[in-house]
Amino acid sequence: MSRAGEQRSKGANGWLLSTPALILLVFAASGPLLIVALYSVLEKGDYSGVRWILSGEGWFRVLFERDIFDQTVSLADANLSIFWRSVKLSIATTLITFALGLPTAWFIATRPTNTRAFWLFLITIPFWTNLLIRTFAIMEVIRNQGILNTALMNAGLISEPIQILYTDTAVLIGMAYVYLPLMVLPLYAAIDRFDFKLIEAGYDLYASRWQVLRGVILPIIKPGIVAGCILVFIPSLGAYVTPRVLGGGKNMMIGNFIELQFGQGQNWPLGAALSTLLLVVVLASLLVYTRVTSKDDRNG
Amino acid sequence: MAKKPRAFDVTTLPGFTFIAILSFVLLYAPIVTLVIYSFNGGNSVNQWGGFSLEWYVVAFNNEAVQEATVRSLIIAVWAAVISTTVATMAALGTTRRGRFKGQTVIYIIINQPLMVPEIVTAVALLIFFSSVKLATGYSGLGYLILAHSAFCVPFAYLPIRARLEGMDMTMETAAADLYATPWQTFRYVTLPLLLPGVIAGAMLAFIISLDNVIITEFVKSAGQDTLPTYMLGQLRRALTPEVNAISTVLLAFTILILIAFAFVTKKRA
Repeated sequence: MSRAGEQRSKGANGWLLSTPALILLVFAASGPLLIVALYSVLEKGDYSGVRWILSGEGWFRVLFERDIFDQTVSLADANLSIFWRSVKLSIATTLITFALGLPTAWFIATRPTNTRAFWLFLITIPFWTNLLIRTFAIMEVIRNQGILNTALMNAGLISEPIQILYTDTAVLIGMAYVYLPLMVLPLYAAIDRFDFKLIEAGYDLYASRWQVLRGVILPIIKPGIVAGCILVFIPSLGAYVTPRVLGGGKNMMIGNFIELQFGQGQNWPLGAALSTLLLVVVLASLLVYTRVTSKDDRNG
Repeated sequence: MAKKPRAFDVTTLPGFTFIAILSFVLLYAPIVTLVIYSFNGGNSVNQWGGFSLEWYVVAFNNEAVQEATVRSLIIAVWAAVISTTVATMAALGTTRRGRFKGQTVIYIIINQPLMVPEIVTAVALLIFFSSVKLATGYSGLGYLILAHSAFCVPFAYLPIRARLEGMDMTMETAAADLYATPWQTFRYVTLPLLLPGVIAGAMLAFIISLDNVIITEFVKSAGQDTLPTYMLGQLRRALTPEVNAISTVLLAFTILILIAFAFVTKKRA
């Protein structure tokens, strides 16, 4: 067989063997995303669903609202505050998990080889534990009669429980808690590859501690930092379970707002437009991520 | 004379060990609390009423919990079998053949469930399946099995592909030299070597399916609660010790599978 022919048959085989997986995923994951995009430009049905008439109303309602009586258009403050909360809490979650995650990953990577697997396993358990269970666990801690408030009251620091549950703070604590392993794992992977002799070399060449950090450590673990931040930021932005359980319905994030449109809100086009918007934001951040990491690969 | 900075042990950057230990404590304290409270006797979730297995008995005898557990297991077994089968084929198709045209497209589609926010996929499936339900009249577990199989594919695919990339082709080449047919080579050489990867992939797919909340919540028809959606539904009222007991059982189950996973993947060499 000619080389070109061989190449072609390799490709044909690859496609053939991948076909069942592709059919499954296109049918039950990727394909329906196109329907969401389509629904976002249709007219809202009477109760739920859509009417098959093109309409910009779904997208319009993402940012604006019309007065019921005189049809004046104004910015939808409720929506804006939900977007702002989602972005704010996601950034804060990313920062908190990074502040805790970097030292943790560093600690694991610098353990002796024989105990490293153990410490890593301690991160893997929460990582694979049901997100709902972890959310329940944090709820157990921060609720009014939970261990945190009880401990503070017994210590005489407060006289009555601090209301943490059902606030933005609760959602933030919960998200930082459930997504911490997602930050630690990629950071660990990056630090683990790092050759610690480079630090000694830096010091031998009279670099200050700060110079070693900026000039030696940071450039090498940067892909891990970017990966960890993306891996935490993306699920935070689309979070649904944690804000629903810990935010108690009032402190909605965009995920809950989307659900509302398909439930009580009965505005499928608006829900579809919000979903599409979230998808675009997430894919854009992924694109930035691949740009950053592939640039590093070329330079390295 | 320039003073050389004090050489210090790089493995202990100042404060790092403290924060690391703090992280581990923060990660485990809530889980341990939840487990302890699941053994709490008495009706109050707020006061310790002595050690008791009461809530495990209550959960075990609760018909809704029994049904949800069986449903969760049926879906997870199907999802693990289907996703592992298609993922194994795809892994065989996309590794060890050299690169071919369109390979990136295959990667992107296979890993799509890892990239798209789950709430968006959930909404998409709600819209799509509700019209299929309307058109066909079928409203069984098939939709949940399909949806779970799809988002489990990347989790099954990754360990299988990792295993394949670690295997060299010499054994297969030897088999082919001995006039084994491609099928015989696959059945008696490739598959046995690949098996640990396949088992690892199936276990991950199983856990991922068992744990899923959001997509299940949107796709399920009335009366199709799985264990996680049942627990989420219970929360509308208050946190009950019963939910703690179910959580503890699920947690123990997850840890068992993870230990098994560690054993299976360790024998790689």
